[in-house]
Amino acid sequence: MRKKMLKVTASSLLLPALFTGSVLAQENTLAEKEPNVFYGLQMEELEYRYSDTDKELGVWNGDAFIGTDELKFRWITEGEYVLEERAFETLENQFVLQKPLWDFFDIKAGVRFDTPEGPNRTYGLIGLAGLAPYWFEVDTNFYVSEKGDTSFDVDIEYELLLTNYLILTPSADIDVAFSSDEEAGVGSGLSSTELGARLSYDLIDRAFSPYVGVVYERLYGKTEDFANEHGEDADGWFLTVGAKLLF
Amino acid sequence: MLAPAFALGDVYDISVDRVTINTGEFEKEGIGYNGSSPGPVLRFKEGEDVTINVTNNLDEPTSIHWHGLILPFQMDGVPDISFVGIAPGETFTYEFPIVQTGTFWFHSHTGFQEPNGAYGAIVIEPEGREPFRYDRDYVVQLTDQHPHSGDRIMRNLKMMPDYYNRQQQTVGDFFEDVADEGFQAALADRMAWGDMRMMSSDVEDVQGFTALINGEGPEQNWTGLFKPGERIRLRFINSSAMTYFDIRIPGLEMTVVQADGNNVQPVKVGEFRIAVAETFDVIVQPKEDRAYTIFAESMGRSGYARGTLAPRQNMVAEVPELREPPELTMADMSGMPGMDHSNMEGMDHSNMKGMDHSNTEGMDHSNMKGMDHSNMEGMDHSNMGQGMSADSAGPSDPFYAEGSGLTPEAFNGGKFLSYADLRAQNPLYEDREPTREIELRLTGNMERYIWSINGVKYEDADPIRLQYGERVRFKLVNETMMSHPMHLHGMWSILDVGAGKWNPIKHTVSVAPGTTVYMETEVDAEGQWAFHCHLSYHADAGMFRKVVVEGGPGDEGWSEPTSAAQASTVKGSDS
Ligand SMILES: [Cu+2]
Repeated sequence: MRKKMLKVTASSLLLPALFTGSVLAQENTLAEKEPNVFYGLQMEELEYRYSDTDKELGVWNGDAFIGTDELKFRWITEGEYVLEERAFETLENQFVLQKPLWDFFDIKAGVRFDTPEGPNRTYGLIGLAGLAPYWFEVDTNFYVSEKGDTSFDVDIEYELLLTNYLILTPSADIDVAFSSDEEAGVGSGLSSTELGARLSYDLIDRAFSPYVGVVYERLYGKTEDFANEHGEDADGWFLTVGAKLLF
Repeated sequence: MLAPAFALGDVYDISVDRVTINTGEFEKEGIGYNGSSPGPVLRFKEGEDVTINVTNNLDEPTSIHWHGLILPFQMDGVPDISFVGIAPGETFTYEFPIVQTGTFWFHSHTGFQEPNGAYGAIVIEPEGREPFRYDRDYVVQLTDQHPHSGDRIMRNLKMMPDYYNRQQQTVGDFFEDVADEGFQAALADRMAWGDMRMMSSDVEDVQGFTALINGEGPEQNWTGLFKPGERIRLRFINSSAMTYFDIRIPGLEMTVVQADGNNVQPVKVGEFRIAVAETFDVIVQPKEDRAYTIFAESMGRSGYARGTLAPRQNMVAEVPELREPPELTMADMSGMPGMDHSNMEGMDHSNMKGMDHSNTEGMDHSNMKGMDHSNMEGMDHSNMGQGMSADSAGPSDPFYAEGSGLTPEAFNGGKFLSYADLRAQNPLYEDREPTREIELRLTGNMERYIWSINGVKYEDADPIRLQYGERVRFKLVNETMMSHPMHLHGMWSILDVGAGKWNPIKHTVSVAPGTTVYMETEVDAEGQWAFHCHLSYHADAGMFRKVVVEGGPGDEGWSEPTSAAQASTVKGSDS
């Protein structure tokens, strides 16, 4: 025991002799703290939807990230799967880099791939995500498609605490197109909105929060016309059950 | 060179082990010393040279930091500052002289091992007599064990800073406020907080823990025995990761005799607040043949530790109810830059909670001297002690922003200990003018769970460089809404309570939101030291600095520990 201790002491005494004047002393200096790397997986929506016209959908909207306070890589995925048709009505994956811009907002940039049943599209995107005053969660993006069409969307969400576990979350998603992409069924102008209200309960921490809710979807303008031409509804109500996940 | 240069003192062996922690409410895997968490109570004697062999039985590196001990920096146990740490399977030998007395503690300074259970107590017996008498002596080590591991807590806080906050204001609270204050006032209050995206409930970042006394949860009820009439010394140590405690023993008056291991002029109190990493020694004298509850409520009232003093085993006394959780007020935001409330648009002060003296619940405004924000900025505590006599009544405390929602109030109106009451028993240092002042603003971005000093996180910060022999006055300005227990390693922090040479000497100084606190340091220890907030997740998120003391007598004799040198040390001790 004694001997070991002396070795520690000895080496610390020898140290200056070994490194005095050498560049090594500088370079061998203990590393400063490495930035913390974090990761996470979040499913904001993972749900079954039942429409007023007996349509059944599986819907999800979530993301996974890895990175530091300064730079994150995010995979954002959302889709709507029509159960009886076994087909994706929408299927969208985004790969973005995200960086703090202000105290409460991040800027993000990346690519989005739409691969539903129907025409595929690739978009470049730039967006802002963060917390607006009065606790509104805001996520907004500007897209340019491979065909040169531009569009814009904004998602807003608010958490109303009925209790510290029972939470009502109203949400609004708004899509606006600056030009028509008829093949993809999008007309210029306000193209669609989706309003939702979900009542969730934090069952296991915040990791698993089952919910029930209602969703109202509506298409507008030319987008509505395109839908009508294809025999689809321009609006619809849904009941939904699902769960929020956070790992 | 290898000839023994030390008096041979006691040798202590400590193993770092995986252990099971049972709080009475849940069981978890944790880290402990010599097979248990908390680890052993190390009893040193002033003047001895101790040798402590620490064997790492984990499959990850570890370290032990001797919290509050004055020692050579290579023995301080902070990886990447004092040494590289202790590799799995290795034994590292600490050797240092014991040059002080009192109550201290030790803990891992690696990762989140400390929140996971890697801590123990240190009691140092003095060579001479102590200026107070007692018949019995108990360590009361407070900790907060959480069902989640430290890594998981940090990750959750990063994903969602309010992940563990279950005391947020609800719709019901809003309607209660409407009933109490009227719709306009209640709405104005919510709008003011919402406008800033801050929460008046941000008192405790991590709730959901079980608080323990000496490793025993409220149900397990740690018990200290006494004979009626005996004087009992209780050595309170707050070794929790994130929890401040308000401590009282209903039916007993407590006489505070030490703070952070240093004797203070005795103060009789009904209750005191202990910040994370602090220690307070109190003496109580129960005269009746009955049990007394040691009740330590968390500052945010989300949990409590409970123990018992009793004449016989298995006796219990009534356990009080938790009081209402405190709510922050606009006064707690007064330290934020650009928070000039007088011209903040959209804020009608006459309607604000905490501003309306007649309507606010849970706050005694009878002693509040109006909310004049112009007087609050840059509140100078150095002038305080004089005007604030130790026995001044009422909840007002110079170490809290005037009107703060956190200002402690003793249960049943008794005396609540304030920093302003602390006076050194025997000043350790000659009182002299500081050679310079260093301003350290405690900063953060709560939404991103980033904590920093002067807006810079540890990983991006230059070290604080001090000159050996100087006396530095640190100005700590809390610009956040949370309390931060700031801990300087290796040197004492002389807390300015306005008492000149009688200012108390501490190792950890808590800075409440919206306040400025001054502490002075005689720079008498060369080497590299850590200076950080002792809330585990704040320190990890960046509220941390390296302090380099240059120009000391041994400046030729020490240089920064290097990886290479440390590697050879480790090899050496392994052979
Ligand atoms: Cu802190």
